[in-house]
Amino acid sequence: MVMTAHVVSHEDEELLHRLKHYLPSQAPLKDFIHHNPLHASQARPFHLACAESEARFGYHTRLLLGEYRQLYRDGVIRRDILQSIASKRLGNWIHAEHMLTQKDYNANRHVRIGALRDQWKSCFRINLDKEVHPVLFRLLASYTDQGIAIWQFPHVHSGFLTAVRTLEQESKVSLFRSEFVRDQFIRGTWSLGELLRQIAGDQALHERYLFDQQFAHPGWSGMACIIERQPDSLLDSRRLSLYDLVMVELYLELDALDSRFGAHRRALGELASQVEELFAPVTVSESDEVLATWQEALEWSYYDQVICGLTAQEHRCVATSGASFQAIFCIDDRECSIRRHIEKHIPDCQTYGTPGFFQGDFYFRPEHSKFHTKVCPAPVTPRHLIEEQEASHRHAQDRLETRHGHGLLGGWLVSQTMGFMAATRLIIQVLFPRENKLMVTSSAHMDPAGRLTIEHEHGAFSSEGLQIGYTPEEMALRAEELLRSIGLVKAFAPLIYVMGHGASSINNTYYAGYDCGACSGRPGSVNARVFAHMANHPEVRQILMTRGIYINDKTRFVAGLHDTTVDSFQFYDLDQLTETQRQLHGTYQASMDLALSDNAKERSRRFLLVRSSSPSRHVHRKVSRRAISLFEPRPELNHATNALCIVGSRTFSRHLYLDRRAFLNSYHYGMDPDGKHLAAILGAVTPVCGGINLEYFFSRMDNARLGSGSKLPHNVVGLVGVANGTDGDLRPGLPSQMIEMHTPLRLLVVVEHAPEVVLQVISRTDRLMEWYGNGWINLVAVDPKNHSAWRYNGEQFEEYTPLTQCLPVIRDVLDLDEFTEQDLPVYILK
Amino acid sequence: MDLQSLIPFFILAPVIGFLCSLIIPARFETAISHVAFATASLNLAGIVFFLAYRNSLQVPAVNLEEFALYQTDGYAFVLDFYFDRTGAVFLFTGALLTFVITRFSKYYMHREPGYKRFFNTVLFFYSGFNFTILAGNFETLFIGWEILGISSFLLIAFYRDRYLPVRNAVRVFSIYRIGDVGLFLAMWASHHLWHENITFSKLNQSQLVHEHLLAHTETGIFISLMILIPAMAKSAQFPFSSWLPRAMEGPTPSSAIFYGSLSVHVGAFLLIRTFPFWSEQTSVRFLIGFIGLLTAFISFTIARVQSSIKSKIAYSSISQIGLIFIEIAAGWHGLALLHFMGNAFLRTYQLLVSPSLVSYLIRDQFYHFNPHRTSGEERMPVGFGSSLYVLSLREWNLDGIMNRYAFRPFKYLGHELDFLGMRLLLLVVLPLYFLLVLLLLNRSLLPELMAEVIPIAASAAGLLMVLKAFSERRSPFLAWSLVIMNHLWMALSVSFNEHFDADHTVLYLSGVAISGATGYVTLFWIRRKEPDAFNLNAYYGLSYAYPLQAFIFLLSALGVMGFPITSTFIGEDVIFSHVHETQYFLAFAIALGFVLSGIALIRVYARLFLGPHYKTDHPSSLRAS
Repeated sequence: MVMTAHVVSHEDEELLHRLKHYLPSQAPLKDFIHHNPLHASQARPFHLACAESEARFGYHTRLLLGEYRQLYRDGVIRRDILQSIASKRLGNWIHAEHMLTQKDYNANRHVRIGALRDQWKSCFRINLDKEVHPVLFRLLASYTDQGIAIWQFPHVHSGFLTAVRTLEQESKVSLFRSEFVRDQFIRGTWSLGELLRQIAGDQALHERYLFDQQFAHPGWSGMACIIERQPDSLLDSRRLSLYDLVMVELYLELDALDSRFGAHRRALGELASQVEELFAPVTVSESDEVLATWQEALEWSYYDQVICGLTAQEHRCVATSGASFQAIFCIDDRECSIRRHIEKHIPDCQTYGTPGFFQGDFYFRPEHSKFHTKVCPAPVTPRHLIEEQEASHRHAQDRLETRHGHGLLGGWLVSQTMGFMAATRLIIQVLFPRENKLMVTSSAHMDPAGRLTIEHEHGAFSSEGLQIGYTPEEMALRAEELLRSIGLVKAFAPLIYVMGHGASSINNTYYAGYDCGACSGRPGSVNARVFAHMANHPEVRQILMTRGIYINDKTRFVAGLHDTTVDSFQFYDLDQLTETQRQLHGTYQASMDLALSDNAKERSRRFLLVRSSSPSRHVHRKVSRRAISLFEPRPELNHATNALCIVGSRTFSRHLYLDRRAFLNSYHYGMDPDGKHLAAILGAVTPVCGGINLEYFFSRMDNARLGSGSKLPHNVVGLVGVANGTDGDLRPGLPSQMIEMHTPLRLLVVVEHAPEVVLQVISRTDRLMEWYGNGWINLVAVDPKNHSAWRYNGEQFEEYTPLTQCLPVIRDVLDLDEFTEQDLPVYILK
Repeated sequence: MDLQSLIPFFILAPVIGFLCSLIIPARFETAISHVAFATASLNLAGIVFFLAYRNSLQVPAVNLEEFALYQTDGYAFVLDFYFDRTGAVFLFTGALLTFVITRFSKYYMHREPGYKRFFNTVLFFYSGFNFTILAGNFETLFIGWEILGISSFLLIAFYRDRYLPVRNAVRVFSIYRIGDVGLFLAMWASHHLWHENITFSKLNQSQLVHEHLLAHTETGIFISLMILIPAMAKSAQFPFSSWLPRAMEGPTPSSAIFYGSLSVHVGAFLLIRTFPFWSEQTSVRFLIGFIGLLTAFISFTIARVQSSIKSKIAYSSISQIGLIFIEIAAGWHGLALLHFMGNAFLRTYQLLVSPSLVSYLIRDQFYHFNPHRTSGEERMPVGFGSSLYVLSLREWNLDGIMNRYAFRPFKYLGHELDFLGMRLLLLVVLPLYFLLVLLLLNRSLLPELMAEVIPIAASAAGLLMVLKAFSERRSPFLAWSLVIMNHLWMALSVSFNEHFDADHTVLYLSGVAISGATGYVTLFWIRRKEPDAFNLNAYYGLSYAYPLQAFIFLLSALGVMGFPITSTFIGEDVIFSHVHETQYFLAFAIALGFVLSGIALIRVYARLFLGPHYKTDHPSSLRAS
């Protein structure tokens, strides 16, 4: 038997490359990394890209007109803002108002994708997808499976196409119905182009046919691309590629056609009528303009208040010297409110925000594990490895999940015995949820009693060639970078907390998306501990002193972890504290507990089934129970409602109530006149926050196609993704439960610096320009000199005078009578 | 304690709960879930109290003849209830799991569009379950059985704005319907065997059963087989198995309670319940055991290659039910009951925690990964192993078998009837029908021979109607009319059969008439509103815009298909009792009409009202998702 491995022709290679660019790129479940679902269009201006994606791929990228109008009637979209934006975008207000609020537009779009392949049904009366998808999905799922199936796909270590081919060759039972197609498949007779010629017809139709075909199941196609690009995104790696997927799919299609039509088989192009080019220019219609206006108005109705608050200098808090303690948190929007509550309970403390990997660019290998895992931002490729030692076992096996339950006699025994155990456990867990072996806890990421190999011992490298630990010089480099970027270079308090964050949940397939995004979807505990160790290191402090950062012996960095679901703090290496430090730490504990309870109470206003009016402690208990409740589809709301990213000192925003909507990155303009640190900050923050924001944005706009729909019927497939039911395609994007509270606003980045400097920084790199220049993220600079706001319009900064005159003043958000699930306005905190 | 007084409680509590939940407006989430939870808790408390009071599982059998729903000379439709150890075990398991699930769903379903619909359906299902479990005769059981079927359909299609749930719901409904026909024919045959509505308690009198069967061996075997078919269909035994994983389209808790535990074991229940009847028929016992064994083996191999959690659990469950079938056939009912409870609890648990498995198994992989994992199959000869793998991956082609042998012949026959249009129906078929009605009214004028031929001809005509309705792919009106015509022809054929009893026919057709008329009105209304979506060639998802009309149409369709909400349900049974035991063709035609019309009606409903809405002005899902 001949097994010719086909060389992919240049045209086909390019075609696949274009296709890959447009397919969703969501990693397997274990690494949930937020990204812009329309990443392929990021080089285009935002509103144009939205209109194009609607026409080409049928995505809904904006709210329905009726929804905007309702928001307007509810007062969420402000009239003055709408007026000012409409007059710029639509001209005359009288005319514009009619278009915006009265005129009917036919919202039915003619969608281009699928138009060619749909003609299989209309011209040939065959439903190809119905015949091919179930087999194809099964093959893909079985091949990529990471441990659900008991009997593994044979030959998983070959590439997908080869594995299927070998299986087919060995098997007496065929995957195909047509003997002829089966033979060709085994021999590998046809190239991609030849298959397309037989199925689609003329060369001119090939690209379109492939796009139609792959976008009929974007979930699996996207997964194939990701696995091809990053084979290590699966622990048990697989050689799956888009090419292999397409080849198998085309052979299966040919099989369906051949067994149906036999000798009368014809290519689609022979009967199909001409369809509009997929990438032909899209004309922007009046209704597109109207929707864009509404979206801008929705966004600026909120931004305007924020800018008003940030520029209102009279309310600014005065910077205190001699803080009781300092705490460095992640920039994550969920840390926005806990910082506020800590500041409320301990007013003389100072809090900082920086990406929660704390400059720790390393892999982490927990003790007893077979793998190491990346705990720094996704684009970073670390060269260091931190190993855990002397740690306890943290992976308990659950008797009820034994594989024997799926056997014949094993199942017979298991169901008769453990079935009753299952019943008992179910009743207990449903009535009185308690911790169990199936839950994911942030604290299990690392054993606090274990030891980390932070110090590099000369010549210590792992088998993968990674350097184990850091040298003092490397540590100092990272510590200095972090401290300078957040502007903490003097007046160090006796205790400086370094708080990573993570989440806890159960029955949650999206668990990886709940942890720290800057740590590649892992809790930040190891990173916090590593950073504290670095900054406490005497040699490091020596080196730092030579560079002008003097940290005296009385100052101690203490690492900790904030569990954002249960709202708890955990601190590490407290035994290394001196007696005085320990006492000092003890005095803050009670206040921190109060802050945590208040934070839980503030969060609870969005959880409808918790009565928020009860005392904080009581509410806190209820909220924390969500992490262990099997029946809770929303253990926490994660990044929902995120809308802002503020790059500036804490005094810049401390007087504002920003709900939990802001990523807060500390930065001091005074120490960075030429924007060197700003460039690093924006370089890191923009893709991370922008990715999070746009993933939420588009999942909210079109939960059916860009999101994954309700998570309640989800079925876990191969541990790589979720699908609906057993025959469905994988569903990338966020489930409705994660985005239902989200008001879709693009991110507004506010930088506290002179607009000229900010402009210089973003114009220096193309990647930043793509985000800001095309309007995927809004950018405003607040000039510290005169507190004026400057809005970036894609080319330059122009002064922006907020329409909001003054903001309501409150003492504490918990005092508000109107404690609703709705978004709250920006308040000035007194 | 008076046991009999408890039985109505177990029946009525869920029904009342269901009715209450229907009334509460959808915005009162908490009230709805409380009603459901209270219903389940009450029932659970009742059964626990009862068992504790008895202080043993040795429940004596009780029979409770409730009341006759309908009675004339020589015919009575009697609701009858029966309670014994088997009933107690099923009742307890059902109450316990419903208790857990309603509590679970209160939070899990929070804010989900269709919250109310979900609890309505669960309570409806639960009523049907208790009805089935406590039924004392076939008629009563059949009511519960029908409720289980339709509530399953509704829960699988819970996400009615997506394509796959709707398609799978129709598919599962079709398979259930095939099973139902067995029950229907079993009822018919046992009318003739016993000359009364035989109660399950009487079946326990082995002397009586033995006497009757001695004289009618074939009828006995026929009835046993007709009982076996619905049991196999409901419990997903070979060759019906492939529907179970596809039923896992609803929210996870509903999949857990329906397809993981309760619904899927009802087939086993039916077999235990009727065991006294077929226990003396060795060949039947062997057959049941064989089917159980075959299913156990086949689904065991399929389960091993499943790479999605829910389908793996589904097939594991099926293979255990296969073993339960063997246990039942062997007469080890205590073991079977224990096995049932264990399997139901285990699968419910496994399904409910299935999302947790991602983190659990990935963590397991992270700490215990073995790149050369083996499962034992590697030791098989290469060709054999690969063949078995592909075979299992393709689910032994069970789906294809069902399609080819159960549905495609009818579809093919229906397409041969494509000439049968609305015009032909109105101009030829209807006048012909009235001519025959005239003849019927003056049947004394008919020659003897004609009187024998006409019933057969009429039922054949009815069969043609329904075949065409089943395969109709264009006009909803035509499909609707054809199903109604089928009823008319069947009524006519039976009326010719013996002494004309207008009451029975009126009883039968009155339900059809009322629901048929509401159906017409709804269809007219839809055609006027949505002329572009008034077709059966695709799913149009009109319930998105017209949920009320969808509901009314569903009720009409249920009425027309003889669901126990109109008199047609009883009428069907009455009419059937007029079919002589020698008229196999007539019985077959009526039964087939019953199956196909049900499928045809559900399909009209699904195509018009379910699936993604046909307009693109709002987000809607891809077909593959």
